Amino acid sequence: MLLAVLSGFLLAIAAPFLHRVAGKYIGWVLALLPASLAVYFSTFLSQVQDGPVLLEYQWLPGLDISLNFLVDGLSLTFALLISGIGTFILIYAGSYLAGHKYLARFYVIMLSFMASMLGLVLSDNLITLFVFWELTSITSYMLIGFNHEDLDARKCALQGLFVTVAGGLALMAGLIMLAIMTGSYSLAEILASSEPLHQHVFYTGAVLCILAGTFTKSAQVPFHFWLPNAMAAPTPVSAFLHSATMVKAGVYLMARLNPSLGEGELWSLMLMGFGAATMFTGAWLAFGSTGIKKILAYSTVMALGTLTMLIGVGTELAMTAFICFLVAHSLYKGALFMLAGALDHETGTKDITLMGGLRKSMPATATIAAFAALSLAGLPPLFGFIAKELMLEALIDAPVWSGVLLFVTVASAMLIVGVAGLVAIKPFFGAKGDTPKTPHEAPFGMLIGPAVLTIIALVFGLLPFIPENALLTAAVASVYGSPVDFYLALWHGINAPLMLSAASLVVGLLLFKAWPRIQPTLYAINYAGGRVGPEAGYFKFMEWITVVASWQTRMLQNGVLGIYMLVMVAVTFGLAGYTMLDQYGVHFTLNLADSHFYEWGIALLLVASAAFASGTHSRLGSVASMGVLGFGVALTFILFSAPDLGITQLLVETLTVILLVLVLFKLPEFVNLSTPFQRYRDLAVAIFGGVVITLMILAVLDIQYFESISSYYVENSAPLAYGRNIVNVILVDFRALDTLGEIFVLALAALGVFSMLKLKAEDQHKP
Amino acid sequence: MKSNTMILHTAALLIMPLQLMFSIFLLFRGHDEPGGGFIGGLVASGAFVLYAFAFGAEATRRLLRVGPRDLLAAGLLMGLASTLPAFFSGQPMLTAHWWDLPLPGEAYLKLSTPLIFDIGVYLAVLGTIMTFVVGLMESEE
Repeated sequence: MLLAVLSGFLLAIAAPFLHRVAGKYIGWVLALLPASLAVYFSTFLSQVQDGPVLLEYQWLPGLDISLNFLVDGLSLTFALLISGIGTFILIYAGSYLAGHKYLARFYVIMLSFMASMLGLVLSDNLITLFVFWELTSITSYMLIGFNHEDLDARKCALQGLFVTVAGGLALMAGLIMLAIMTGSYSLAEILASSEPLHQHVFYTGAVLCILAGTFTKSAQVPFHFWLPNAMAAPTPVSAFLHSATMVKAGVYLMARLNPSLGEGELWSLMLMGFGAATMFTGAWLAFGSTGIKKILAYSTVMALGTLTMLIGVGTELAMTAFICFLVAHSLYKGALFMLAGALDHETGTKDITLMGGLRKSMPATATIAAFAALSLAGLPPLFGFIAKELMLEALIDAPVWSGVLLFVTVASAMLIVGVAGLVAIKPFFGAKGDTPKTPHEAPFGMLIGPAVLTIIALVFGLLPFIPENALLTAAVASVYGSPVDFYLALWHGINAPLMLSAASLVVGLLLFKAWPRIQPTLYAINYAGGRVGPEAGYFKFMEWITVVASWQTRMLQNGVLGIYMLVMVAVTFGLAGYTMLDQYGVHFTLNLADSHFYEWGIALLLVASAAFASGTHSRLGSVASMGVLGFGVALTFILFSAPDLGITQLLVETLTVILLVLVLFKLPEFVNLSTPFQRYRDLAVAIFGGVVITLMILAVLDIQYFESISSYYVENSAPLAYGRNIVNVILVDFRALDTLGEIFVLALAALGVFSMLKLKAEDQHKP
Repeated sequence: MKSNTMILHTAALLIMPLQLMFSIFLLFRGHDEPGGGFIGGLVASGAFVLYAFAFGAEATRRLLRVGPRDLLAAGLLMGLASTLPAFFSGQPMLTAHWWDLPLPGEAYLKLSTPLIFDIGVYLAVLGTIMTFVVGLMESEE
């Protein structure tokens, strides 16, 4: 399983080389991976019927971070959708982006994105889940901004990144609170615990933070604006992002945590409220757009709202509807997006007002689009119909707000029927449109994906017991928290949901008929709304950040190094000194009897060089005396038998002096700019720092709160780590994780210095 | 910046290889005696800094063959690579693995993941300092 999740990253590394070998068949070659992953995941189908499977690997047990994978109905549904749709997306992209100069790069990011998504839905550990969550944000940022020469694409990508990463921060806080409440970072344990979380003090905070994360990721109102803008991505990306991945990540997490958090009223009311608002907003905006990708993007917003709302309703029926709608939506949205890309590719425009009568030149595309749109509109015999009927039934039975939710849902359904008409009827029927390119049928690689997905939706609709027995029962059980009895059927007899469906169909078709006339009005309304809407708020907020940043730079970063040092020393030693006096008081016992004369010599040398360094008027003199100081410290290390520290200190001192000498050349003549007052103030702070650190060292010598761990290292260094040099063994073995962190810090520092030097060099080159 | 004294040129050419050899010696003996990747890396940077003072930044770049930041990246990658054996055998991260390679004549070569890790530290330290020094020297030119 670990290999299955990571294989995407491994293949991403190999993709550029494969691209050189496989040439234009690269899409087909790479698609073998998700295809085989899908087969691998389906071997779990029978196991998850009996409950969740946990595959354990305690990776960082000391930090509660594991690479455990939790396979149950829900995560398996997602894993199959991701790998299954991923297969067709990769094939499709090979065709859609054929000959693109960055095709290899595209596959590198795409495969990493897919792998992150798989990791996200399969992780059992909250920390690992969060890391994968952020990886999807970063990789999708690179995918959305893939056409990086386009300013607009870069802007949209950055917007998506800001919104999702801001939410990600909140999510991290929420997950940590969740872990504190339940005492575990493992999802399996959290879900199994029977404690009523909604009475916990942290419940409200955790729910709000987690929802901030999932709402931004899943484009709920008022964060929905980033999703349609993410259309700047190449179509294969949009198709993948919208159907099975990225935006579904938020929905996944809400569904995943629903059994634990769903008992609280806050949770269900927030999900129902925001979900319903998102659903209607999405449907409304979709119907008012003219770009085919925009229309589909807003219909995704509608779907995400619906899913969120269904989790909020939380009944058995609602959960069944949730799972069915999730699967149905992934199937038709993946197909429709790929078809929209095909239309764009073959006609040269995204604007549906320019398209018409394409069924003659693109018969296969037209046929598949018709079926996929039936699923979108929720019409028989496709799986979308089953999902929609279940949803209406669940809302009729909803415990609270039933009437309101039903009203909003039916209104959205009417709009969505109209939208389905826009994507499936408008481009293909009627008078021949005036498109920039002469249209002809899309290539096979671009049609196979939508065709297969639509056929699956058709089969699932006609024979619903196949998905039900294979997976959906288990999936519903894991979302609801306990097994649920249900059976799916296309025909439930003439009942209330069917009547509502019929009504929405009729009104939807009327809306579609009226679309050419009312669209300009809708567009004007939406345009006016957009100027005061959440996206305008986003831009205001970004401006405000810049203003605050420049204000605080002016206030805090005045560029005088002396002030920086003063503030740092005063604050650090002020706080440390206060804590020490407050907690421990002043302790010291000085025993100078066993000191040697050479120790006094070194001490004298240290004091003398420090005094000289602060008094001298020559830069070189102060550098050199600081060097003497450093060498004195090194001598002390050696005297007290710490040769490693001594050698390191010597070398560091040498290199520091060299670096200082390099910098020294650039500095202007030494002039004394400070007033006497400033100099006495600096002196006072310096003496204060020195006194505090001296007292602290004396206190450390005197009091011991914990037993020293050095004896453990001394005893175990040779038997456990096969090394006699304890310092080195600690660095590379016992505490290697710290060292690993340190070399990364080192690297960051080096890159910081490098970019500062580079920046300065470029400034000078400017005329 | 480049010095034109013959003494420094000659001395640098003689001392630098010795310093590099010594740095590698320090690196390998580090597990048992004073030394290790950090100290070794510092000594090696000392060698290259000496060379840079004698012959200039451009010549040092040519001598290094790879950019200083590539050294840095290689060091980080080595550090991460040392976690892989434990990863693939399902142990906690950074669990040490040891392999004794028999050498001719009763001797053994102690290979281990801590050694790989230490080489990573060596390269990271060298890369960092060379980034500083080469960057500073080039910004002067």
